[in-house]
Amino acid sequence: MIDSLFQGKRVTLAALDLDADAEVISRWTHDPEFLHLTETEPARPLSPGQVRKKLQPGDTEGSSRFTFAVRTLEDDRLVGLARLMWVDWSNGTAWLKLEVGTSEDRGRGYDADALDLLLGYAFLELNLFRVTSVVFEYSIGAIHLLESAGFACEARLRESIIRSGRRWDVLLFGLIRTEWEKGRGKAEAAQ
Amino acid sequence: MTRPLFQGVLIRLAAVNAETQADAAARWSRDPEYSRLLDSDPARPVPASRVKADLEKQEIKNDGYSFSIRTLTGDQLIGFLDLDGIQWSHGNAHLAIGIGERELWGKGYGTDAMQEALRFAFDELNLHRVTLTVFEYNPRAVRTYEKVGFREEGRLRQHLNRDGRRWDMIYMGILRSEWEAESS
Repeated sequence: MIDSLFQGKRVTLAALDLDADAEVISRWTHDPEFLHLTETEPARPLSPGQVRKKLQPGDTEGSSRFTFAVRTLEDDRLVGLARLMWVDWSNGTAWLKLEVGTSEDRGRGYDADALDLLLGYAFLELNLFRVTSVVFEYSIGAIHLLESAGFACEARLRESIIRSGRRWDVLLFGLIRTEWEKGRGKAEAAQ
Repeated sequence: MTRPLFQGVLIRLAAVNAETQADAAARWSRDPEYSRLLDSDPARPVPASRVKADLEKQEIKNDGYSFSIRTLTGDQLIGFLDLDGIQWSHGNAHLAIGIGERELWGKGYGTDAMQEALRFAFDELNLHRVTLTVFEYNPRAVRTYEKVGFREEGRLRQHLNRDGRRWDMIYMGILRSEWEAESS
């Protein structure tokens, strides 16, 4: 049995507490880099009230979507959001989305740790067969992160988005349960 | 091209009409093969009353266009075609098509409808690209999409579970420049 479904080495997957968290998430949306890493919609700053509306339980919870707050173990600070969306139970698939709010918190191990936890949740709790993640060609950090976790780039939708005046591909990364188990076995053996 | 928009050689793209369409769509939903070719949801028969209510609820949207496909000869309703998820700032959209009347499969109706949809997407909506997904077990559709200029851009491995085995979901895309080269 695993005893650490929600607790990693540096972060936990926790419930979203919109009353308090909306202030922090609102600050993130004032940074276009944050929005450009995970959204295709035009960047638009959101007030705490708008964030609450966007992340209301109807949009974040349910049998086909799971949203977690990513908080540091050290000081319980909200650093990101981790989600599994569009869970398709009959086929055993879901789409995974991980957002880290500020550039200072990216690439510091929080994201890798949160991704590990989210994959554990997808494969050991939801018992899914595979997960898919969407990344933009310019998100080098996200591509490295997914590759380190064992994801393979499966599709390249050519010239799908325009950012900074040029067109970029949208990449679809996938990870199959058996691949994840193999990678996990290796990681455990190395410890 | 002198043909009016929406008008192909075998079919035309027409408005979705809840009144006249519900019975046909309900009948199509009782065909499990059609359902499985169409999407990844479990096949499920839907009564005409429900189809009608759903169609009536559909509002005119800014990010999607829904059409019914009707034959030019006899004006028979044979399927539907949607361009949805339009991202205006990036110029792309997702296309979905279904020919519910199975005795008309493989006779060029789908190809004709796809060509009209692309003309609408590129000449009227001024999009840059169109995306679609198709299942590995639907090679006839793949051939149709290739015929009108779509290229395979990758596949989500083993994304579907049908009849006890896994199948890929194939992504295909066409750029405006490719469509222009095809249609010139």
